[in-house]
Amino acid sequence: MVHVSATPVLALRGVSKRFGAVQALTDVELEVHAGEVVALVGDNGAGKSTLVKTIAGVHPIDDGVIEWEGKAVQIGKPHDAQSLGIATVYQDLALCDNIDVVGNLYLGRELKKRGVLDEVEMERRSRELLTTLSIRIPSVRIPIASLSGGQRQTVAIARSMLGEPKLVILDEPTAALGVEQTAQVLDLVERLRERGHAVVLISHNMADVKAVADKVAVLRLGRNNGVFDVKTTSQEEIISAITGATDNAVTRRAARNAEAQK
Amino acid sequence: MNTDKTSPTDLGKPHAAPVDAPPAADAASTVVDPRLLVREQGLTGYIGEFKRKVRAGDLGALPVIVGLVIICIVFQSLNSNFLTAGNLSDISVAMVGTGMIAVGIVFVLLLGEIDLSVGSVSGVAGASFAVLSILHGVPEWLALLLAILSGTVAGAIHGFIFARIGVPAFAVTLAGLLFWNGFMLKILGENGTINTNGSGVFYNLSNYFFSDVAVAYGAAVVAVAVYFLSAFFDSRRREAAGVPSRPLNEIVLRTALLAVVAFAAAYMFNQYKGLPLAVVIFLAVLIVTDFVLRRTSYGRKIFALGGSVEASRRAGINIVLVRTSVFAISGTFAAVGGLFIASKISAANQGAGSGELLMNAIAAAVIGGTSLFGGRGRTWNALLGVLVIVSIQYGLALEGVAAAVQQMITGGVLLITVIIDAVTRKTQKSAGRA
Ligand SMILES: Nc1ncnc2c1ncn2[C@@H]1O[C@H](COP(=O)(O)OP(=O)(O)OP(=O)(O)O)[C@@H](O)[C@H]1O
Ligand SMILES: [Mg+2]
Repeated sequence: MVHVSATPVLALRGVSKRFGAVQALTDVELEVHAGEVVALVGDNGAGKSTLVKTIAGVHPIDDGVIEWEGKAVQIGKPHDAQSLGIATVYQDLALCDNIDVVGNLYLGRELKKRGVLDEVEMERRSRELLTTLSIRIPSVRIPIASLSGGQRQTVAIARSMLGEPKLVILDEPTAALGVEQTAQVLDLVERLRERGHAVVLISHNMADVKAVADKVAVLRLGRNNGVFDVKTTSQEEIISAITGATDNAVTRRAARNAEAQK
Repeated sequence: MNTDKTSPTDLGKPHAAPVDAPPAADAASTVVDPRLLVREQGLTGYIGEFKRKVRAGDLGALPVIVGLVIICIVFQSLNSNFLTAGNLSDISVAMVGTGMIAVGIVFVLLLGEIDLSVGSVSGVAGASFAVLSILHGVPEWLALLLAILSGTVAGAIHGFIFARIGVPAFAVTLAGLLFWNGFMLKILGENGTINTNGSGVFYNLSNYFFSDVAVAYGAAVVAVAVYFLSAFFDSRRREAAGVPSRPLNEIVLRTALLAVVAFAAAYMFNQYKGLPLAVVIFLAVLIVTDFVLRRTSYGRKIFALGGSVEASRRAGINIVLVRTSVFAISGTFAAVGGLFIASKISAANQGAGSGELLMNAIAAAVIGGTSLFGGRGRTWNALLGVLVIVSIQYGLALEGVAAAVQQMITGGVLLITVIIDAVTRKTQKSAGRA
């Protein structure tokens, strides 16, 4: 088992976020330690992506405290999160279609030499990075628009790895991926944990969650609905936390199937 | 998918080393995807790449260059005076004013926005210069500087209102169009026309020629040499870093093409009055702006905003700052263009900056190949586009065709260009290069 530090890298204390009439997050608590993969699960619209965006500085929080390595911090804009060491891969990927792979990987943190873009070095490092992550794309010099959905996903993930982040947040990274690419992304997540990074993984896929996560934090209607240890919790318990009841569509379906088999 | 289906056996051929793909050597661990873009080295590879790009709708400057050749052939066959040194030199000087404005428009179009105020702002610059230097005796250099700054400030105001308050750029700059035209009429005052001096820096902008033949040829030599050396050393650096580089014969071919164009132009200018100062300044502006757009992180931010505002925001780009500065740049080049135009007629008058100037500047940027949809284009497009527009004007004027018909034909050309832009975009979508 990987060593888990005492102070969490990231801790959310009573975080709330409103969009006009929608209370997207209410008093949310979350702790992520170094070398730990926390899966964040919840139904559609539960507020997972919103939570990610508050941590990443896209939507500043209305209430509550964000603690980074034990100290309260303000994350008002994406740059604040980046400089703390938070890297985010969004559900909606946010890549520039007209810019090539290298340009997208380094967007916002271009390497420069005497004030001029150092394209050669960026290209060399991009190839290196893509090779170490065993990501295969036709060319690092074609626009993102030429890539398939899965290839874009891998570029977006590679982009998050560039700055040696302490915390990597992946919002449904495997949703658009094929079997092999999904396995690759999960491998990647494990490699991140081995290197001592903290990872927040959002997924609807319970198999993925069981495969790589250490802890599962459940969000329901914008509130916490339990944190579970993956090793000791059954899938049914997690699902009932997600849907909010032991009597729900999933359990009813399971019961029906069980009866049908008798 | 925009890929050449190259069978794996092709990879084995010694002359067909993959250029854009990871070296086949690591095929031991990772199987090389047979669909990877592989370009053969040498001339065949270059032509293959070119064909692939054309098929994918990445036409670049091709349509406009074909257009220019057609224009030359048609007008030359109608009137043998068209391709004379005198006429071509006149066209080159006349295009600079509109061309400068079009450079600014390219910046704004890269954001996917539009600036309708550039005509009026150019008029304000000419009028400010005339009022300051002729009526108030301000030193010429200072008056020029202030006139250019007036454009920068006007553009920055438009940009700020657009970027900060979120008013559509089209509406802000439409208000600017009206406001700055009124402002120009106001400062020109009662009589409406101020004639400027027949000598001095301002006059020279559009009327000075380097009559020494050595200047034009020297400039051509320098341009060709600098191009070759920078391409050569860039390729060497790439090779050293182990990333795909341009083969030497391709660099030589490109340099040779540039040399033909540069020396032909130098020869042509020397047949007449010599290399025009206006053309030198315009080319310098194109080189500098192209460098800024493609080699600096500021330029990268402009392209990023044209591609995806949300991605740019998340990458930590200061959107308000970039947008405001791009409109300031547009205003600045509008002012510079206005000064060249006023210098050409040695006067600031009430008609300056109105009429078809705005439309010609936008048309030039678009005809040159800048996309209306943002994120695609180069400032060199402004040169090609304005060459087309001014050549048509001069060619038709030689034929004695009325201005009305000139406008109709320019409109037709613009329509064809935007159709090409829209169609290329569709082809690019299906080829995955939108
Ligand atoms: N920018 C926004 N403006 C207004 N409301 C928003 C915005 N973003 C999210 N919401 C609302 O906040 C709630 C949570 O949305 P969120 O995207 O975080 O859900 P999610 O858990 O990521 O769901 P999914 O599994 O479908 O991705 C939803 O009710 C949504 O309508
Ligand atoms: Mg979501």
